[in-house]
Amino acid sequence: MTVAGRTSEAAGERRAAPQIGLLVGGLVLLAAVAVVSIGVGARSISPTEVVRALLDYQGTDDHVIVRDVRAPRALLAVAVGAALAVSGALIQTLARNPLAEPGILGVTAGAGFAITLGSGLGFAAGQAGQLGSAVVGSVLAALLVAAVGRRSPLRLVLTGVALTAVLSGVALGMRLMLPDTFDAYRFWSVGSLAAREQAPLAWPLTAIAVCLVGALLLSRALNALALGETVAHTLGAGVGRVRAMALVLITVLSGAATAVAGPILFVGLMVPHLVRKPAAGSVPWLILYTMVLGPIVLLVADMGSRVLLPTGEVPVAVVTAFLGGPMLIWAVRRYGAGSL
Amino acid sequence: MSTLKLAGLGGWRVERRTVVLVAALVALMLALGLTGLCYGTSWSTPREVFAVLSGAEPSVVIWDWRMPRVLAGLVFGAALGVSGALFQNLTRNPMGSPDVIGLDAGAYTGALVAITVLSGTSAQLAVGSVLGGLVVAATIYLLAFDRGFSGLRLVVIGIAVNAMVTALNSWIVLRADLEVAIAAVGWSAGSLNGVGWDDLGIPFTVIAVLLALMATRSHAMHQASLGDAIAVTTGVGLDRLRLLMVLVGVGCTATVTAVAGPIAFIALAAPQIGRRLAGAAGVPLLPAALTGAVLLQGADLVAQMLLAPVALPVGVVSTAIGGCYLIWLLTKEVGRA
Repeated sequence: MTVAGRTSEAAGERRAAPQIGLLVGGLVLLAAVAVVSIGVGARSISPTEVVRALLDYQGTDDHVIVRDVRAPRALLAVAVGAALAVSGALIQTLARNPLAEPGILGVTAGAGFAITLGSGLGFAAGQAGQLGSAVVGSVLAALLVAAVGRRSPLRLVLTGVALTAVLSGVALGMRLMLPDTFDAYRFWSVGSLAAREQAPLAWPLTAIAVCLVGALLLSRALNALALGETVAHTLGAGVGRVRAMALVLITVLSGAATAVAGPILFVGLMVPHLVRKPAAGSVPWLILYTMVLGPIVLLVADMGSRVLLPTGEVPVAVVTAFLGGPMLIWAVRRYGAGSL
Repeated sequence: MSTLKLAGLGGWRVERRTVVLVAALVALMLALGLTGLCYGTSWSTPREVFAVLSGAEPSVVIWDWRMPRVLAGLVFGAALGVSGALFQNLTRNPMGSPDVIGLDAGAYTGALVAITVLSGTSAQLAVGSVLGGLVVAATIYLLAFDRGFSGLRLVVIGIAVNAMVTALNSWIVLRADLEVAIAAVGWSAGSLNGVGWDDLGIPFTVIAVLLALMATRSHAMHQASLGDAIAVTTGVGLDRLRLLMVLVGVGCTATVTAVAGPIAFIALAAPQIGRRLAGAAGVPLLPAALTGAVLLQGADLVAQMLLAPVALPVGVVSTAIGGCYLIWLLTKEVGRA
């Protein structure tokens, strides 16, 4: 036991150097993508001008655009991307199911439905109310889907899809029935980052930040859990407690992201798969990498959403679905066959 | 083997049950159809409706407005039910219906291309949507075939393809001119609003031909549902049968989509409900067709009444009904597993 422990520790140290290098590289890439993304849009601004606007604000037109519109939007993309990607990584680890994703599993739809319902009944007006109803909705949806579909990975996916269909159908019906009440939510119902940067977002962003830190703190315990429940028990992890905390993190992260940006699917599925190899089975590294790559993916998708149409914007959820669909197919072909 | 023996011994009982069921479903269909003809901003009495139907009294409202809609509800419902039954037989999975695996969305893409790129006549719409459905079906099949065939894997890959095709559809709609986009969005949830006689000639002919074709082969299909080995020993050409089933299934879905847009979940729910009502092994076509007709016409009535005078897209109602049903189905399967 000790020998094995020592070897794996040594291996861990040997691996740590390139992994830190990769992480730093990822952060540099993230910064570069963020600067480019701030520059892209109806009025394109050169990267040097963007950096100047951020560091040395002069008040020119370009600088105003960068400070008041583009930079908040990029910040939003970073927060939402990290939240979705990390909740995807957590849910995949927790369910030990490579096909799990808050969007596909209906958690996002639960949050969306709760916000629609809450706004109809009048208690989801402020950002706190919206965040609260989103979290409650996603908790209920997660519990329902887990109860119905826990036996097989593919059945879990099907349950999520069914729940998503029902909830979005009912929500659409409600919006059509009370158009005045739901007018504001018509645009929200398609995942998008456009014009969301103007709303006050302190609550959801704080919640996301707290949960991201929480995910990092919990990741070591999850590492033990990933080895199987018996092993986790022997290693001294409180399985029930870790599970419950992970579930809280997943639902708050995806609920907050949904409250801010509307339902965005597939980011949580796609990103963990892309970094699974460099993470090499270690949950802390997986979470760290997803935290960096999630924002990159969402920033790129958001740029796509601004560029794909000559006039106006494509909702970013459309772009992520197009990127993420192939990923789900690949994951089914790679992992799904064994469980059939 | 026990299935075969059972069918031989209890044949008469099963048959009587089927006859009763078919009669009951047909009666329900006619009742719902009659309600559909009577219902509107001003109710008509059944006597008025019969007078119009017998030709004694002309009525624009009943004959030109309500009649096409009711017929479309019944015939399209039957077509969707059959199409669902065919794909559920092919994939051997209750979730393998065309709307879940993205054939509706693909047919809708074809129709959208026909509207935005071409002039969008009803023939172009029909051809475009059939082609779109076939392309999606072929794509899913190729992706799902990996050292053997698995129904459940095909379903999940279909879900992924569905998400991508749906994204593509919203992109096309967003790119389109405003007028086209407004028309397309009203139609994207699946709706029978404003269906007229002119829209129905080609689709009804196509559906009739496809259903007749399938009816001649329904016995072979039943054999195939008992297992590949049994089917082959009883002289069924499996490859040709499967190809025919795919073509008829895609044809039915695509034709309906070309006129009414993607109406979700009828194809999923109808065959399973029909199967349970008929107490049959496999997924029989006739109960599926009749249940589909009842469901779609019923959902359309609900859609018209719920927010009267505004008519909801029927797809909203059918999604809510079908999704609840699907979750119930999954719950039951978990209980059994």
